[in-house]
Amino acid sequence: MVDKDTEKDKALLEHPVLVQKIRSRFGKAIIETTIFRGEITHLVEKDDIIDICNFLKYDLDLQFNFLSDVVGVDCRPLNSSFEVLYHLYSIPRKHRLRLKVRIKENENVPSVTSVWSSADWAEREAYDMVGIVFEGHPNLKRIYMPLDWEGYPLRRDYPLVGYKDQYNPCGVEKNNKQSKK
Amino acid sequence: MSEVMDITTNNSEITTREISLNMGPQHPSTHGVMHLVLHLQGEKILRVEPDIGYLHRGMEKIAENLLYWQFVPYTDRLDYLSSMTNNLAYVMAVEKLLGIAIPERAKYIRVIVSELSRISSHLLAVGAWGLDLGAITMVLYAFREREMVMDLFEMLCGARLTYNYMRIGGVRGDLPPGFKEKCADFVRIFPKRVDEYEQLLTGNRIWLQRNKGIGVISARDAADLGLTGPSLRGSGVKWDIRKDEPYLVYDRFDFNVPVGKNGDCFDRYMCRVEEMRQAARIILQAMQQIPDGPVNADIPEIVPPPRENMNTNMEALIHHFKIVSNGFNAPKGEVYSSIEAPKGELGFYIMSDGSEKPFRVKIRAPSFVALQSIDPMSRGAYFADVVAVISSLDPVFGEVDK
Repeated sequence: MVDKDTEKDKALLEHPVLVQKIRSRFGKAIIETTIFRGEITHLVEKDDIIDICNFLKYDLDLQFNFLSDVVGVDCRPLNSSFEVLYHLYSIPRKHRLRLKVRIKENENVPSVTSVWSSADWAEREAYDMVGIVFEGHPNLKRIYMPLDWEGYPLRRDYPLVGYKDQYNPCGVEKNNKQSKK
Repeated sequence: MSEVMDITTNNSEITTREISLNMGPQHPSTHGVMHLVLHLQGEKILRVEPDIGYLHRGMEKIAENLLYWQFVPYTDRLDYLSSMTNNLAYVMAVEKLLGIAIPERAKYIRVIVSELSRISSHLLAVGAWGLDLGAITMVLYAFREREMVMDLFEMLCGARLTYNYMRIGGVRGDLPPGFKEKCADFVRIFPKRVDEYEQLLTGNRIWLQRNKGIGVISARDAADLGLTGPSLRGSGVKWDIRKDEPYLVYDRFDFNVPVGKNGDCFDRYMCRVEEMRQAARIILQAMQQIPDGPVNADIPEIVPPPRENMNTNMEALIHHFKIVSNGFNAPKGEVYSSIEAPKGELGFYIMSDGSEKPFRVKIRAPSFVALQSIDPMSRGAYFADVVAVISSLDPVFGEVDK
């Protein structure tokens, strides 16, 4: 079962539309293309993300008119970076694609709200949980946590039980923050 | 005094000072703990700002700190009105990551329980919607049938709300004796019951006035805003993951995907009603086609052995102990797997670093994304229409707030 999957994955690397068309159009802006379990992921340059998204949305062969989700990931233990993922789907063409942007801590990512409105809350969630700042977002504020909350809960250095305060007596002391890293 | 005269004599548009009104978080028609800040001009909505997060439990953080199989019961608490489909979406994502296949019988059982779940979720959606708009009879009728689904699930797994029934590699147990007959009875009478709901609501003058032409959203805007499920199909976009990217055995069944035309609350209602009928059709076909066989994949490192084997079989005991204490390592990689849950596209993204715990889990909850469209749907409408708009999106806060 698994061997068959890897062979299928290799064949997908030659996909004429989802891989070759995008790669030939953007060339160096696509840093890497990976396939895992039949899912295509393009690792792209941060500065070209809006151009790429616009192309993906309006090109007739691609037509990615649906942004399913924006995911922020704290990958610091793996490769000392943060990643932002975009899960795209095309309702007319029925195919999926994942875009990935890799950034350093404290780097910003351009917002794709101008391409898909659904990026609004999804990016706010990534900001709230992982602390990724999206440049050009019309209303970038916390969505789940209170507006005055400190820290980003889904970062690796944020303790599972939270920090100690008047509402959370079992939390971790804040001044242990440095040693926890 | 002259101002008062102006207001009473001028019939066109009475403009007053803009006011902001808090609706919720404790409000009977917000379906949970939703807080809306409504900006009103008289009784007309200028804009709506949803404020969520009152039920935020940090599910994704919890998932990163648990073994793969340990997260299944937490998914019950996402959309708690259809726990089965949450279980399904999660275990399917893990199965995709592991690259394992499950037996045919387990696939059929999963289809049957997810469609039963769809029925019970839509029943509550339509029932609560009726309740919000003053058609109280509807919720009583809906709960009558929902009770029958609950009884079926209770037979199956002992629980009535948080089932924890799906397992990575299959389901927890086979269908109990008597389940098939009881389920067949339910499927036989259910379409007639749907006709009863339609008699109550579909032609009802008040229901039509409260829903027709309210909360209109075009097909293009609906897709742009990320609406999925019946809320998207109400706008005329024919996208159902069961049809377009068939998972389990959905490609073997004959069923229709209802779509609306106008994208108003009434079309979203009609989509849900028709989906209940189609779900009953799917269950009927699945019950006829279901093959015999095991309900769990035979992969001892991943799927725990049946309980009775553990009393007599040494290997079974060892495998069970290893799975419970250490879990299993997943290959390095990332997957996104989504299903057509009653509310729309429910997706799980799992990133694995090769260890026994997920590196990152991201839940794409349909209700969370759908809530964004309250603002564009309610602008320019009356205050009372907001209630209809919320009900037509069918948000569940366990899922919105994760």
